[in-house]
Amino acid sequence: MKLDDKLYLVRFNTDTLNHIKIKNPDLCLKCKDKVCTFICPAHVYDWDEEENRIAVGYEGCLECGTCRVACTDDNILWEYPRGGFGVSWKNG
Amino acid sequence: MENFDVIVVGGGPAGLSAAISAARAGMKVCVVERGDYPGTKNVMGGVLYTQPTNEVVPDFWKDAPLERPVIEQRYGIMSKDELFTAAYRDPAWGQPPYNAHTVLRVKFDRWLAEEAEKLGVMIVPETVVDDLLYHGDDVVGVRTTRPDGDLGAKVVILAEGANNFVAVKAGLAKPLHPDSVAVVAKEIIALPAEKIEDRFCLEPHEGATIELFGDSTDGILGTSFIYTNKDSISIGVGAMVGAMGRKGWSPNDLLENLKAKPYIKRLLQGGEIKEYLAHLIPEGGYNSVPKLYRQGVMVVGDAAMFVNGLTREGSNLATTSGLIAGKVAAEAIQSGDTSAQAMSVYETRLRDSFVIKDLYKFRNLIGLLENNPHLLGEYPEMLNQAARMYFTIDGTPKTEVFKNIMGVFTKRRGKSGLVKDMFKAWRALK
Ligand SMILES: Cc1cc2nc3c(=O)[nH]c(=O)nc-3n(C[C@H](O)[C@H](O)[C@H](O)COP(=O)(O)OP(=O)(O)OC[C@H]3O[C@@H](n4cnc5c(N)ncnc54)[C@H](O)[C@@H]3O)c2cc1C
Ligand code: SF4
Ligand code: SF4
Repeated sequence: MKLDDKLYLVRFNTDTLNHIKIKNPDLCLKCKDKVCTFICPAHVYDWDEEENRIAVGYEGCLECGTCRVACTDDNILWEYPRGGFGVSWKNG
Repeated sequence: MENFDVIVVGGGPAGLSAAISAARAGMKVCVVERGDYPGTKNVMGGVLYTQPTNEVVPDFWKDAPLERPVIEQRYGIMSKDELFTAAYRDPAWGQPPYNAHTVLRVKFDRWLAEEAEKLGVMIVPETVVDDLLYHGDDVVGVRTTRPDGDLGAKVVILAEGANNFVAVKAGLAKPLHPDSVAVVAKEIIALPAEKIEDRFCLEPHEGATIELFGDSTDGILGTSFIYTNKDSISIGVGAMVGAMGRKGWSPNDLLENLKAKPYIKRLLQGGEIKEYLAHLIPEGGYNSVPKLYRQGVMVVGDAAMFVNGLTREGSNLATTSGLIAGKVAAEAIQSGDTSAQAMSVYETRLRDSFVIKDLYKFRNLIGLLENNPHLLGEYPEMLNQAARMYFTIDGTPKTEVFKNIMGVFTKRRGKSGLVKDMFKAWRALK
């Protein structure tokens, strides 16, 4: 099964507020490995070639917290979605 | 502002155990949980050990939503398609008092929260705690992200799990380091009960677990697990965030790799994926444990990095630390002294328990495995190669077979390399 299809199985109560921000997009331009684009288990981060920046699809975030720890430049401001919003596991 | 004796931040096993033990001692307790209800944000393998939970709710197995009692634990070392496994099985573990059960945390945590409510604990769901609330230097409660969301308390217990933002803000813990946390991707795969029982050689209602090392995490420090639930299988791969980033792995790809291995594929065949999940495990061990208390505050469970990665123990450390903290909170409040010194009793009791004793015992292991990647990279290959030689019958006399097997080890590590590896392992575990 493709990752997109797996993510389709996850239950979300999506917040209208984005809980993930790139602190300084300029740092991403110089970032070699762009760890965020592959280490996120939900593929929330994508390098946008046209706009030359990281695109963040916060709606699909599984709230593991990996990205903020993995970013080599400490460039991700990740907070919890507001109470009751975000992922809501069915089994856990 | 509403006031409580004890506020617990987070409704996982650590927080709920703390709440129950404080409530039993007569405290007015509130658990603040960011999910719709305790459990909806929580992920584990998960094997729940009987002993500590039985201290929280005696004979819990009679009512709690459990999957299967674990009667067989298998360990395997993988190298490409080769697999060396060993297992211990005891059907007596399928009967009370049990050793462990598999659980699904959404159901289990909800049940435990309901048990807490029966004792008068107030559960406040859908609420994120943002910070502690101070009066001068004294902690007097918590600040939530709700409007007018301050709650007063004499003691706050931080049970917020691996992403311990509040403990960091309070200056108790350092921000997480990529070399001290593992990320796990997990799937729940539905399979009919009879199929599970046939494939794992179980009687109805018995359960089994498998942990795999080596190639299943591409030699990165971490493990893979396969646990049987009632009518599903939990499968996951966890590996250190730092090493994964350096090797360029994504958690989902590691999991897909594992699922494609011949033996694993056959265990899962015909199953239907029901859920895909991810979570962090704090695996930094003893050296990553934060400051555990200050005036009016204690840190418990994953928030305190209480996980023993090697033996996949976490929930039991969480439960035990929660129980101790809840009791210390009650004693302190009853004696009217919630000073740092009164809270330090928590650490003293933890040091007397398996929680810190075990973490201390394995304190050098993580460093050893991280600084010597060949231990998880080459040894699994060597072991499987040796097993292949031993079990291959091709007319080679056994004396020669044994010589060839020794040759595998000495060729790859050298005699002095082998001795050094053994010495390092002995020193890390002594
Ligand atoms: C994939 C996986 C497999 C595992 N397998 C096993 C196993 O087989 N056996 C075992 O013993 N252990 C296992 N563990 C470890 C075990 O899950 C943890 O050690 C245990 O859950 C820790 O309990 P806790 O209560 O400290 O934290 P958690 O269970 O993480 O609970 C923390 C709670 O706090 C809430 N919260 C967090 N921040 C806030 C906030 N700011 N405000 C309000 N609420 C907040 C969360 O929503 C959550 O409910 C596994 C872990 C993972 C990820
Ligand atoms: S890893 Fe950090 S710095 Fe690099 S691209 Fe991603 S967010 Fe930007
Ligand atoms: S928290 Fe986890 S799922 Fe969410 S964006 Fe970060 S890495 Fe991805």
